[in-house]
Amino acid sequence: MAKEKKGVRLEHISKIYKDPKTGKDFYAVKDANIVIEPGSFVTLLGPSGCGKTTTLRMIAGFESPDEGEIYLGDEAINALTPNKRDTAMVFQSYALLPHYNIFDNVAYGLRLRKMPADVIKQKVTDILGLVGLEGMENRMTNQLSGGQQQRVALARALVIEPGVLLFDEPLSNLDAKLRVSMRTEIRRIQQEAGITAVYVTHDQSEAMAISDQVIIMNGGIVEQISTPQEAYYYPNNKFVADFIGEANFLKGKVSAQDTVEVEKTEIKCATGSMDIGAECNVVLRPEGATLSDSGELKGIVKYSCFMGAYQDYHVAVGDALVKIQEYNPKNKKIYNVGDEVFLNFENNTLYAL
Amino acid sequence: MAKSQSASLDRKKLLADPVMVTTIVLLIVFLTIFILYPLAILLVDSFLSDSGFTLDTFKRVMELANFRRAITNTLKVGFLVGIASAFIGLLFAYVEVYVKLRTKFMEGLFKVVSMLPVVSPPFVLSLSMIMLFGKAGIITRFLLKIYDNSVYGFWGIAIVQTLTFFPVCYMMLKGLLKNIDPSLEEAARDMGASRSKVFMTVTLPLILPGLGNAFLVTFIESIADFANPMIIGGSYDTLATTIYLQITGAYDKEGAAAMAVVLLGITLLMFVVQKYYLEAKSTATLSGKASRERMLITDKSVTVPLTILCSALASFVVLMYICVPFGAMFRTWGYDFHLTFKWFGQVFTKYKGFKAFKDSFILSLISAPITALLSMIISYLVVKKKFKAKGFIEAVSMLAMAVPGTVLGIGYIRGFSGGLFGSGVLQGLYGTGAILVIVFIVRSLPTGTRSGISALRQIDKSIEESAYDMGADSFKVFMTVTLPLIKDSFLSGFVTSFVRSITAISAIILLVTPSYLLITVQINEFAEKGSYGIACAFASILILITYSSVLIMNILMKYFGTSRKVQIKD
Repeated sequence: MAKEKKGVRLEHISKIYKDPKTGKDFYAVKDANIVIEPGSFVTLLGPSGCGKTTTLRMIAGFESPDEGEIYLGDEAINALTPNKRDTAMVFQSYALLPHYNIFDNVAYGLRLRKMPADVIKQKVTDILGLVGLEGMENRMTNQLSGGQQQRVALARALVIEPGVLLFDEPLSNLDAKLRVSMRTEIRRIQQEAGITAVYVTHDQSEAMAISDQVIIMNGGIVEQISTPQEAYYYPNNKFVADFIGEANFLKGKVSAQDTVEVEKTEIKCATGSMDIGAECNVVLRPEGATLSDSGELKGIVKYSCFMGAYQDYHVAVGDALVKIQEYNPKNKKIYNVGDEVFLNFENNTLYAL
Repeated sequence: MAKSQSASLDRKKLLADPVMVTTIVLLIVFLTIFILYPLAILLVDSFLSDSGFTLDTFKRVMELANFRRAITNTLKVGFLVGIASAFIGLLFAYVEVYVKLRTKFMEGLFKVVSMLPVVSPPFVLSLSMIMLFGKAGIITRFLLKIYDNSVYGFWGIAIVQTLTFFPVCYMMLKGLLKNIDPSLEEAARDMGASRSKVFMTVTLPLILPGLGNAFLVTFIESIADFANPMIIGGSYDTLATTIYLQITGAYDKEGAAAMAVVLLGITLLMFVVQKYYLEAKSTATLSGKASRERMLITDKSVTVPLTILCSALASFVVLMYICVPFGAMFRTWGYDFHLTFKWFGQVFTKYKGFKAFKDSFILSLISAPITALLSMIISYLVVKKKFKAKGFIEAVSMLAMAVPGTVLGIGYIRGFSGGLFGSGVLQGLYGTGAILVIVFIVRSLPTGTRSGISALRQIDKSIEESAYDMGADSFKVFMTVTLPLIKDSFLSGFVTSFVRSITAISAIILLVTPSYLLITVQINEFAEKGSYGIACAFASILILITYSSVLIMNILMKYFGTSRKVQIKD
């Protein structure tokens, strides 16, 4: 549907803000280099204050970068105002125009482009069909539920066929169940429309569910750009490992290629290009180990709790407390606090940093 | 770290929007010429002589005994009026928010009291004060048989100003009290504090900055007030009247300018304290919304005395207003109480009443839409836009609030009678209706801007951003999104500015030429001459006009206001 999919390129982008308390300048975004392929769905992911929204607002044109250049397609857009950029944004608060009905809200951008009335009518009707709001044209915005309002906001952004669609935490005002169904919906519509999308969220499961690529940011710095799988299995650093899913870190020393010594025990673990003898952290996901009476790494159970889908354990291994989730606990031996257990690792689950 | 790139990009983005750049430039020119320049020229006038910088003019006026007296008089009145108004305002606000009012009548009374300062022309209360308590006053002469009571002077001014200004304090404090979370007071009660203890240790400390704020706002209003001291002051001169007499009586323009600088200095100082210290503090302590509804006080030992006190005060104020149309209908006030329409007749037959109403009405009607639009544009720029001159625009349009009308009037005389800097540029403006319209605009701009700013602050910033993002430029965003969303504020700005203009006197009286007859100037003239019948007739018709315009505004808002449309529920 989109007239032309556009990619986005951020080259050495930085944004400096003044801290209102100390009056000192700081980098809200520092030297971000990001390439977003045309037609892909990319998520800016990170905790609050990491610079993800600032980055999005720089792409939209609401903020101006202090260093670097932003390209939309092949065009440098630093000096363009938001209304001149081929982007459309879906806002966290929906930002529907409260004095217009649904039809007029969606038609707003088309009218600004001076399209003939019958074309506008056709396009609005089509797009409302796509987002599942057919027949709601004459409702006022406050007669809609939060989810419906968000669909209108999405329709309004889609209908002008922007080169890039921007999402600023669009689901954070919805309740948990609706969030899950809306994110599938957004992904479906994006793929149907075949449009480039940049999506900001702090919810890592939302990011995993929806994205081709995730860009993980922390303190203004881009920590990793990769597919969600890669970020989960091969995080660049402790921050990414901890932020995407849950992670335990076991201190160890690389004793050979793909072998790490932890608590005087040698375990198999992907070490990549690490030197032999180097100190490292072994990333262990809670579902990456099973407990049994004998095995690789010894520990003491400090906490044990039935959670339905899994049994939740905290196991002390040396100085570290390791969180383990054993799924399907009905068929497994349950350990109690104080029990001595051994951790067994499945192949390809450990990764050294 | 250099922020230069974003600054230059922001500048480029701004320049890509020619309508906005033009608007900003025009605004700056307007504010500079019509607010800053006349005030600057007063400084120049009073500090510069042919031989350069001098303090001689100040020395000269400070040696005038009547000027020194005027300063102390003004401060004394302002102080008393500020305290009394804040106190009475608090009483009313407290009763409305905390005490269960049983009757519809009381509710109506409170509403009337809160609306009076909006619709009432200045000096109406002075007129009725004289008619009720003066030498021929109905109460003093006929009820109490006192034949030589003098209402003129300190107490006259103080009482009239307090009654005029306390409703402003009442409205301000009502807003603050409503924002106090009732749980705070309930917690104190729960721990064993009595009602008066709760008031003294919880409620009062919470609104103390707001109380100070109310005091200062009234203080500024009081020392800037021209009309009341003029009519009821007698020989008790305040700064505003002294300045007026210095220029109209003694023709001492430099002296008047120096005096105006002194008055301006006092109001500015108060304004800065109020605006930048107290206002921030009073909202900071009470930013939270009430979590749930307050249990109203039903205890008779509290409600009965408070209700009686409030109704007595409110009825008294209402009585004073009622006095005005009757003053216009008695054959001779104080002697002959037969009803007659001869005063109303004379207004139109003998005293060119029709022209006066036409002139006042037309000039105010021209200035009202301009003021309303201008204040909405300024609020939009201040709240929603980012640019260098923003601070200047906000500060100058708010500064106008602290400038007493008399000072502005003198500034315009000195600044425009010979054109800009005496060069003859814009001299054509002086003495025309246009300059009167401009004065009306400048005088009403701060209130309009303030209401616009607070209305805009409540609108989610992303609503305008979304329109901007869809491809609308600033002008389009303002016309299709901002203005429709603050229609109510625009409408009330329109009417407020109309009412303020048609009832204005202090600056206007210095600038009006014989080719324009203005109602307020007429009222002032007849009141000074002691022709209370005519003055009351003029004033009654004026109140009728202002009251009906407020009524029309309320009706318009009900049927066309944004709040109605936006609040429709399924």
